[in-house]
Amino acid sequence: MATLTINGLEVHAEEEQTVLEVARENGIEIPTLCYHPLLEPHGACRLCTVEIIRRGWPRLETACTYPAWDGIEVRTDSPPVREARKVILGLFLARCPEAPIIQELAREYGVTEPPFPPEDPDQKCILCGLCVRTCHDLVKAEVLNFSQRGIDRQVGPPFLEKTRQCIGCGACRIVCPTGAIEIALEDAAVYGAKPLGPTGAVWVPSMQAVPLIPMIDTDSCIHFRQLDRSEGRITDACQACQMLCEAEAIDFDQQDEILELDVGAIVVATGFEMWDPHGLPQYSYGKSPNIITGMEFERLSNSGGITGGDILTAEGEVPDRVAIIHCVGSRDHNAHVYCSRFCCMYSLKQAHLVREKTGAEVYEFYMDMRTFGKGYEEFYERLQEEGVTFIRGRGAEVEVLKDGQLRVKGDDADLGRLVQADVDMVILSTAIQAPHDADQIGSMLGLGRSEDGFYAEAHPKLRPVETNTEGVFLAGNAQGPKDVPDTVGQAGAAASMTLALLDKGEVTISPQVAVVDEELCSACKTCIPLCPYEAISFMDEEEVARVNEALCKGCGTCAAACPAGAIAARHFTTEQLLAQIEGLFRLPEEEPEEVEVERVPS
Amino acid sequence: MSDNGNGFEPRIVGFLCNWCTYTAADTAGVSRMKQTANVDIIRVMCSGRVDPTFILKAFVEGADGVIVSGCHPPGDCHYSTGNFKTFRRMPMVEALLEQYGIEKGRFHWGWISGAEAPKWARLVNEFTEQVRDLGPLDWKRQLQSKED
Ligand SMILES: Cc1cc2nc3c(=O)[nH]c(=O)nc-3n(C[C@H](O)[C@H](O)[C@H](O)COP(=O)(O)OP(=O)(O)OC[C@H]3O[C@@H](n4cnc5c(N)ncnc54)[C@H](O)[C@@H]3O)c2cc1C
Ligand code: SF4
Ligand code: FES
Repeated sequence: MATLTINGLEVHAEEEQTVLEVARENGIEIPTLCYHPLLEPHGACRLCTVEIIRRGWPRLETACTYPAWDGIEVRTDSPPVREARKVILGLFLARCPEAPIIQELAREYGVTEPPFPPEDPDQKCILCGLCVRTCHDLVKAEVLNFSQRGIDRQVGPPFLEKTRQCIGCGACRIVCPTGAIEIALEDAAVYGAKPLGPTGAVWVPSMQAVPLIPMIDTDSCIHFRQLDRSEGRITDACQACQMLCEAEAIDFDQQDEILELDVGAIVVATGFEMWDPHGLPQYSYGKSPNIITGMEFERLSNSGGITGGDILTAEGEVPDRVAIIHCVGSRDHNAHVYCSRFCCMYSLKQAHLVREKTGAEVYEFYMDMRTFGKGYEEFYERLQEEGVTFIRGRGAEVEVLKDGQLRVKGDDADLGRLVQADVDMVILSTAIQAPHDADQIGSMLGLGRSEDGFYAEAHPKLRPVETNTEGVFLAGNAQGPKDVPDTVGQAGAAASMTLALLDKGEVTISPQVAVVDEELCSACKTCIPLCPYEAISFMDEEEVARVNEALCKGCGTCAAACPAGAIAARHFTTEQLLAQIEGLFRLPEEEPEEVEVERVPS
Repeated sequence: MSDNGNGFEPRIVGFLCNWCTYTAADTAGVSRMKQTANVDIIRVMCSGRVDPTFILKAFVEGADGVIVSGCHPPGDCHYSTGNFKTFRRMPMVEALLEQYGIEKGRFHWGWISGAEAPKWARLVNEFTEQVRDLGPLDWKRQLQSKED
């Protein structure tokens, strides 16, 4: 470890640290332009010039490249240092007179006039090469380079032309200290194109996400894009987050894994999926970026979203008038006939957010207001007081006018006539539906589905959390549309049922199992391959089939097939079933004798 | 029971699996779906429990029609493959009934899931009409007269 002094302060340095790094670590500021902690220092801008006294001799050196040697004395703000920086800033001011950062630094050092008149007042590039180093060393795209010499020296892609090598990552623009780089992207990621998507390559979906851990969006991460583009050749692009993460939590090799677990119970909480409003073209979804779904509105108004939570139109303006249309795709024989249940309430919430954040007029088209929960009706009343215009009747159509304005037409059932409203934004409270892969999980776990496509509970009133498969429970929207409080309630119930099951440590099996009458069994083995649970085995010694009652689920297939009639499916024995059939046809002639019933006088 | 004028009300026995078609029938009832009252239901745990004997027994006892219905193949059967066995056995029953001279239209087998209550109600109504048109079977008497 080296010991040196900076501005008279004794400081320590690790091997290979530079004077700049040690100074910053100790809270001593040295101005820089071309320095970036993720790149090898280059000493190009020379703004970090400091005075170094080694073996008694003072010299001016760039702090970003000078090693923090033992015993040296550093002065970061001495008169010779200030003089040197003044000269440097004067030269920068002559080259880039309008760059704000240069103007600011020049002012700080008392440089008011450039030493000679600027050649190009629009020039912003100080030729520090930070972008070039970023493009080569970090992004590994090798697009940006210096070209020409002397006063014609410049930075850009080869021949200053568009090149397919550029991945449009924008890293050069981010690092450029003077804001000299503009990115011309053809498919610029404008708001509206992907309002639900990530806001950066490393993101958390929302601040309420569980777990609240950032993840990498491999579609926009430079590392993964380069890996992909180079077909696995470029394995070390960027990795900036890994270099910066002090917890060393970033692992680019992490892959999706399939885990196989043995469990005693399963809670199915696979939730819902949004129905796609393209299915009802009268709402013009997709024809204007200002026609959005309720889910997209949630993203828009979320502080983690693309506008930081400001409710803005695609043009970036605060809307004056907003329409909310209920039941889009719900209660509709052309889409889903069921009511999605919670959209009335979230529509009211969204109306409130629009009123509160923008003060815009809100027109809410609804058929019936389903304020089913505790405090919900009161909230509805409050919104009426907040001045939301409620129009009772289905919003029938959204038209995109020539100037981009949106016109909502609907039937006002209270007035008994057609109404229309011209607005800047339309929010469609779209239906929800069972996830597209519900079938797969359903057949894996033996779950039935109700007519609406959501998983069926064992009994609609008495067993709303259980399923027909023992040990499998339902929670939340997997079973049907539900808001958060109802979801949490059902999830709590599912969790306790699971615990009750596990806690017992043993399972109660149904008594409806098959049993072999070993006297009758003729050892034909017909039953053995029929059993779906391999519950029947053949006893070689006794020469009979035997049922393992713990494995048998009681379907009775073996009983139906046994040629000797040796297998009884308990509670559904052949005798019992035949008696039932007979019973059906022996009534009423053979009714048992009348029983005396004591009559209560009326 | 409704009456179509000739006074004949068919008696139909339905063997339904507990998990799918019985659930559908239960839902149809609870939902008060309109269905004829001609079908008597016998619940079995799985359609794979339906021994062909049961079907013959029902006809012998006096049924004019029989329905066997379970969960949709391939994956819906609560016991994963019970319905496959039904799928293999029922064509055999059909052939057998044909040999006994029982009209095709008196026997129906198929699949109705727990979510398909309206489909069950429709089947009940349509099948009842179909059997009504075929008239009474009275197989027991036929068999007895053959014996005599
Ligand atoms: C626009 C909008 C606004 C809303 N606003 C409100 C509100 O203000 N207040 C309120 O109370 N409710 C609101 N809700 C309702 C609320 O979102 C739901 O009640 C809640 O999300 C239901 O939770 P869940 O866990 O059942 O389902 P989900 O939230 O859908 O969660 C299911 C999870 O399971 C995952 N998953 C699915 N399949 C699998 C699989 N095979 N393997 C592993 N994981 C899987 C999904 O990715 C998802 O993360 C709103 C809903 C919408 C659409
Ligand atoms: S909750 Fe309201 S908006 Fe949603 S489908 Fe039902 S009635 Fe329509
Ligand atoms: S449980 Fe319905 S057919 Fe097997």
